[in-house]
Amino acid sequence: MYKIVKKVSLASNIYLMEIEASRVAKSCQPGQFIIVKMDEKGERIPLTICDYQREAGIVTIVFQTLGSSTKRLAEYKEGEYISDFSGPLGCPSELVKESFEELRKKNVLFVAGGVGTAPVYPQLKLLKERGIEADCIIGARNKDLIIFEEEMKKVSKNVYVTTDDGTYGLKGNVNDCIKDLVQNHGKHYDLVIAIGPIVMMKYVSILTKELGIRTIVSMNPVMVDGTGMCGACRLTVGNDVKFACVDGPEFDGHMVDFDESIIRQQMYKTAEGRALLKEQEGTAHKSKNCGCSDK
Amino acid sequence: MDILKKVPVREQEPKIRATNFDEVCIGYNIEEAKEEASRCLKCKNAKCREGCPVSIDIPGFIKEVEAGNIEKASNIISLYSALPAVCGRVCPQESQCEEKCIRGIKGEAVSIGKLERFVADWAREHGIKPEMPIYKNGKKIAVIGSGPAGLTCAGELARMGYDVTVFEALHKAGGVLVYGIPEFRLPKNSVVKTEIDNIKALGVKIETNVIIGKSVTIDELIEVEGFEAVFIGSGAGLPKFMGIPGENANGVFSANEYLTRNNLMKAFDESYDTPIYKGKKVAVVGGGNVAMDAARTALRLGAQVYIIYRRSEEELPARVEEVHHAQEEGIIFKLLTNPTEILVDDKGWVRGIKCIEMELGEPDQSGRRKPVEKQNSEFEIELDVVIMSLGTSPNPLISSTTQSLDVNRWKCIITDEITGMTSKEGVFAGGDAVTGAATVILAMGAGKTAAKGIDKYLKMKEN
Ligand SMILES: Cc1cc2nc3c(=O)[nH]c(=O)nc-3n(C[C@H](O)[C@H](O)[C@H](O)COP(=O)(O)OP(=O)(O)OC[C@H]3O[C@@H](n4cnc5c(N)ncnc54)[C@H](O)[C@@H]3O)c2cc1C
Ligand SMILES: Cc1cc2nc3c(=O)[nH]c(=O)nc-3n(C[C@H](O)[C@H](O)[C@H](O)COP(=O)(O)OP(=O)(O)OC[C@H]3O[C@@H](n4cnc5c(N)ncnc54)[C@H](O)[C@@H]3O)c2cc1C
Ligand code: SF4
Ligand code: SF4
Ligand code: FES
Repeated sequence: MYKIVKKVSLASNIYLMEIEASRVAKSCQPGQFIIVKMDEKGERIPLTICDYQREAGIVTIVFQTLGSSTKRLAEYKEGEYISDFSGPLGCPSELVKESFEELRKKNVLFVAGGVGTAPVYPQLKLLKERGIEADCIIGARNKDLIIFEEEMKKVSKNVYVTTDDGTYGLKGNVNDCIKDLVQNHGKHYDLVIAIGPIVMMKYVSILTKELGIRTIVSMNPVMVDGTGMCGACRLTVGNDVKFACVDGPEFDGHMVDFDESIIRQQMYKTAEGRALLKEQEGTAHKSKNCGCSDK
Repeated sequence: MDILKKVPVREQEPKIRATNFDEVCIGYNIEEAKEEASRCLKCKNAKCREGCPVSIDIPGFIKEVEAGNIEKASNIISLYSALPAVCGRVCPQESQCEEKCIRGIKGEAVSIGKLERFVADWAREHGIKPEMPIYKNGKKIAVIGSGPAGLTCAGELARMGYDVTVFEALHKAGGVLVYGIPEFRLPKNSVVKTEIDNIKALGVKIETNVIIGKSVTIDELIEVEGFEAVFIGSGAGLPKFMGIPGENANGVFSANEYLTRNNLMKAFDESYDTPIYKGKKVAVVGGGNVAMDAARTALRLGAQVYIIYRRSEEELPARVEEVHHAQEEGIIFKLLTNPTEILVDDKGWVRGIKCIEMELGEPDQSGRRKPVEKQNSEFEIELDVVIMSLGTSPNPLISSTTQSLDVNRWKCIITDEITGMTSKEGVFAGGDAVTGAATVILAMGAGKTAAKGIDKYLKMKEN
């Protein structure tokens, strides 16, 4: 059993939980994820690790309520227990593996969309701890859905906020902001790390390919075990089929077959989950044949 | 009673069982068991024991069954096997103990598996539990994986007095016994859970949700956590795909995914959260035990089911009993057929499968006649789900995170056959992780061998 030591509501439908899980806290790295299972009848839900306190044995997760499982998780209160919390799973972020010298030479831009802002945080924090500051764009549909802004400001060089409806920060989507920074403000980036809704990551990757900036995305396909045993999480990267849970979840955004992944993500998503995601993605959601309105 | 024939075992009617997940085989009652036991010749030089990878004293326990001393029979079996209710159900007896049975020379072999199962079920129903070992030597051993190999190794070591912790990546112990083999062949709560509880009763600790290689490495277990030896029983869980067009479409699953959703996550039970896309017309590609299990699961979820296999019935690698049960239940066998493409609709979902007919040519390395394509024999079947059951290989997660652990080119861990030790001192391995996908009883045998190897190694180190 794993104790929920803290629960905070960050925005409408977005929750933060701190969970007591000493083995995970001891070994996890930015970029990795965990799987929670609430009780006997619950699903195995993959969630990215958003922060960790090694000494205290605590891991932070941030999740959005989409369908029945995430809604059920949101009903858990501080002090209560969940039955399973396994991890860390997946490979650490590329940044963890790179040498300090290499990293310092790079201008990195993080692009965070919606609930994806939370998993960007530990990566920025890691860089900051090594004395490196990077820029960060946070995009959301409206002001109410912007999370982690204060935390991000503490660990980034510049934080740019965009909202689709212009209720806060720049009006537009994250791509408008990237273009603006590169084309009008003379910014130069060597690496973009984009984490957010899959449709956002797709369009960011299309743009950065045009701009010639290497791009890493964090994929979130349907998963079951998270250990390489079921193949539910497979996706096409270049000419290869990869299992996101063991080979990823981070991949080269210019190599990922996003359209296939978008279709595959629909496999088990409930109608309510799809509707919410579509709303979340706002203007980033341009895809005509992602299948979100049928099946 | 016809002495040449087995006492028939009661089963659920095919029509009825095709609609439920209850166990197909009902098993013997005590009268039937005694009658079947009386067929055994109690041979002095019992050939049957040679066929059993853990050499259970078969005439010994059968004698007790015949005399009605079922508790005694149970005690005899438990000297050799910690999972008799499982083995009695899923061992390929026809090619192991029963194949060697003297009775089988003229007539049918003694139903050793069904008798073993009867004894184990009786013991469970009568609350008989193994005793906790009194002697403890305080030495800590880590066992990775809670499948039959890991559980057996852990149980054996605990009996010898070791302090054993099993680390399991999933949330439930049992390995393939809980995530792969379906409820209708191996009931989870009654049979598997009880046998695991019996192993826990020996003092074995099981820590779930720990992925060795991610949560903690083998090197850390030894250097930081003070484990004096490690046994790797991590199985062969990595599924293969064919690499044909359309394989990533919605509605194509590995058998592991389909079975895990249904067995481990209990998708067939509405009250559990995990969904499964059941399909109305389903094809399972492959001909092994796993393929039969996936097909019979899909059937029970309400689908019309095909098995597509590229060789003929004779070469089907699945157990005869399983093929027979599948046929009885109405699964359609498309033999000498190989898929060439999965057909996908404009929304990305499976709509069918394109296949080609095969014929058997010259024998290949395995001695089986190699299937070759028949020219211009392509045809299509309309479907909404395709389940790939093409075999599995060991997961490289452990070998890639453990220093100086040698594997062969199929990523199987290399071990010494006699001791079970790997290339890394103090680290042992066994089961599917070493052999590639095999059987429950072979995995148990390997777990036992390694337990002896570990004991010997630690005693030698002491001196
Ligand atoms: C590696 C990884 C990291 C993730 N990190 C986070 C995170 O930090 N915060 C967060 O809010 N969400 C994260 N997700 C997505 C999260 O797992 C899903 O939102 C959740 O499973 C939805 O379940 P539901 O039953 O509430 O929704 P429903 O819409 O009812 O979903 C039903 C089914 O669809 C699948 N599914 C639905 N949405 C997704 C999705 N976006 N990704 C993958 N599968 C989905 C699930 O398998 C589930 O069985 C991550 C996913 C992955 C794979
Ligand atoms: C569907 C199906 C049907 C079968 N039917 C039969 C049958 O009828 N008869 C028969 O004899 N055999 C059958 N088999 C084969 C048999 O189940 C296997 O040979 C046997 O289970 C192998 O045992 P094992 O202990 O080596 O591995 P497994 O049973 O695979 O157990 C390995 C365990 O290790 C865990 N693990 C893996 N990696 C890690 C890690 N890094 N850290 C922690 N834990 C880890 C896994 O989660 C798993 O629980 C079947 C197999 C399948 C899939
Ligand atoms: S364990 Fe398997 S092989 Fe051995 S006697 Fe029992 S059924 Fe036969
Ligand atoms: S070989 Fe057959 S008849 Fe002889 S002891 Fe074994 S089970 Fe009995
Ligand atoms: S989630 Fe099962 S293989 Fe990745």
